[in-house]
Amino acid sequence: MTDIAKNENDIMLEVRELSIQFGGLRAVDELNMKVKKHALYGLIGPNGAGKTTVFNMLTGVYKPTTGAIFLDGANITGKSPVEINKSGIARTFQNIRLFKGMSVLDNVKIGMHNQVKYTAIEGILRFPRYFKEEKMMNAKAEELLAVFGLENEKDTLSQNLPYGKQRKLEIARALATNPKLLLLDEPAAGMNPNETAELMNTIRFVREEFNMTILLIEHDMKLVSGICEELTVLNFGQELCQGETSAVLNDPKVITAYLGE
Amino acid sequence: MKKQKLNNLITLGGTSVLCVVMAVLYSVGALDGNHMLKGMLVLIGIHIIWALSLNLTVGILGELSLGHAGFMCVGAIFGGTVSQIIRANAAECPPGIRLLITLVVSGIMAAVFGLLIGIPVMRLRGDYLAIVTLGFGEIMKSIANNIYLTLDANGLHFGFTKPPENVDEATAKQILKGSIGMQTPQDTNIWWVAAILIITLFVMMTFINSRSGRACMAVRDNYIAAQSVGINVTKYRLMAFTISAGIAGIGGALYAHSVPMITFGKFDYNFSILILVFVVLGGLGSMRGSVIATIILYALPEMLRKVNENIVNARMLIYAVILILLMLWKNAPFFINLREKIKARFKKSDTARSGGAEA
Repeated sequence: MTDIAKNENDIMLEVRELSIQFGGLRAVDELNMKVKKHALYGLIGPNGAGKTTVFNMLTGVYKPTTGAIFLDGANITGKSPVEINKSGIARTFQNIRLFKGMSVLDNVKIGMHNQVKYTAIEGILRFPRYFKEEKMMNAKAEELLAVFGLENEKDTLSQNLPYGKQRKLEIARALATNPKLLLLDEPAAGMNPNETAELMNTIRFVREEFNMTILLIEHDMKLVSGICEELTVLNFGQELCQGETSAVLNDPKVITAYLGE
Repeated sequence: MKKQKLNNLITLGGTSVLCVVMAVLYSVGALDGNHMLKGMLVLIGIHIIWALSLNLTVGILGELSLGHAGFMCVGAIFGGTVSQIIRANAAECPPGIRLLITLVVSGIMAAVFGLLIGIPVMRLRGDYLAIVTLGFGEIMKSIANNIYLTLDANGLHFGFTKPPENVDEATAKQILKGSIGMQTPQDTNIWWVAAILIITLFVMMTFINSRSGRACMAVRDNYIAAQSVGINVTKYRLMAFTISAGIAGIGGALYAHSVPMITFGKFDYNFSILILVFVVLGGLGSMRGSVIATIILYALPEMLRKVNENIVNARMLIYAVILILLMLWKNAPFFINLREKIKARFKKSDTARSGGAEA
């Protein structure tokens, strides 16, 4: 009994028998997963395995058909994306989704939306609280941008940033929501080896600097083997293999799933 | 950030100065020789208020609303009714107070309509939303065209499609006369329009640069990402839509009290599109653009009328051609390239000059 209690305390995310059905297709089938606090956990698998679907269930975009999700001990199954973000999950997207028509600084400030409390009326009539909280937001956003080396581009429209920096900005925006758990959906997609190496450093740095738990989806095996401590491999919506990175990547089942017989 | 602030100050300051100068010139009688300009000023001001309010829905929220005239109509009806009741019951009430009460009531009523329409409509997006708002605008116009309201010693009598019966003929006063419209006290003057315009512009700009305005723009730019950072999408869409409707209603009431006789047939689909043209050509999301585009595009047909008697018949044709050219100037690749070239040339001469100075 004591063993379980101890376990539950250092588990950030627990997924129990999570399944989702789209019509006749069972996209994710009875997935079990435990992500420890402060871990760097990878979710990998061939194309169409259901990785992004898992992310969408974790962030409330899809409602799971059966199963449960616990974040830091609290049940968040079936909550809306907004509530889930408030309870502490932030994410980035496979195809970058920035607020294109707005400046880099504003993108990060939108991430802090729920951390300031002034109302629309206070904003329109410019009450003192508006100035106080905006000042706080600006300072914090600039701090975050400096972490990602974007401080010189804070007034640039986010759509004019180069690709690698857009990825970084998306991570900065996610961190601005003050999450407990960060989900990264293919952060290295479309990056060259140099950019990927830089990204690996950034992810490690984010974990240490913000004491963050990170769950990521990735196809780039160099990145996965380089930074992830534990992996879950999905294939056709089912868990194929789970465990420490080196053991999983050398598992014959995993190699077969990726390369065929 | 600094640059943006400066830009906003220029827009707000420039518009305010223009408003005050025009209002002063108008009041001291400097414009008496120019009947056209004199007649147009109040109307231009009201149209700017409408364009600004629509820009909030179309430019900031990113939703195409084709029923903006519906909210103006709501404002005009409630405003006109209130002011006529005050005129009948409290004749000693000064016009300024009467108009103030009218504007508050019409703004609130239009905002309430905006909220009620918004609750179902804001579940939709894109084309569907445009179609529903289009329907709303037409419904409002048709209802307004069929309402009869008569005030007598016993109170208000309401009739739909036909005048109410059993009114006390001796004291009866028709307030709303169906498709004939209504006769409101002409309380609106240039100072009221200037003041409301400046307030509207101020509200728009402070709203955009606040937490709520940024949330609206986030929803416009990426719906899913906005949800993922914890923005309550429906709440902010509804908020922007309601504010937009309320301001349109205030504009409607101002309009209703600036003309001697108002018919609700005016607030039709074409009128919504007219305002939309101002907004689109001024630039989506650009408040300064809305102000400038409205002034130019509203004045243009009237100016053409004055140029030459022969042009009078062809003036709408010329107007259309100018609209098309403006759109091409903004969007056609040929003109975009041309603009880039001109810009590059200016930049080159700039750098050459500064380079020379350094050497």
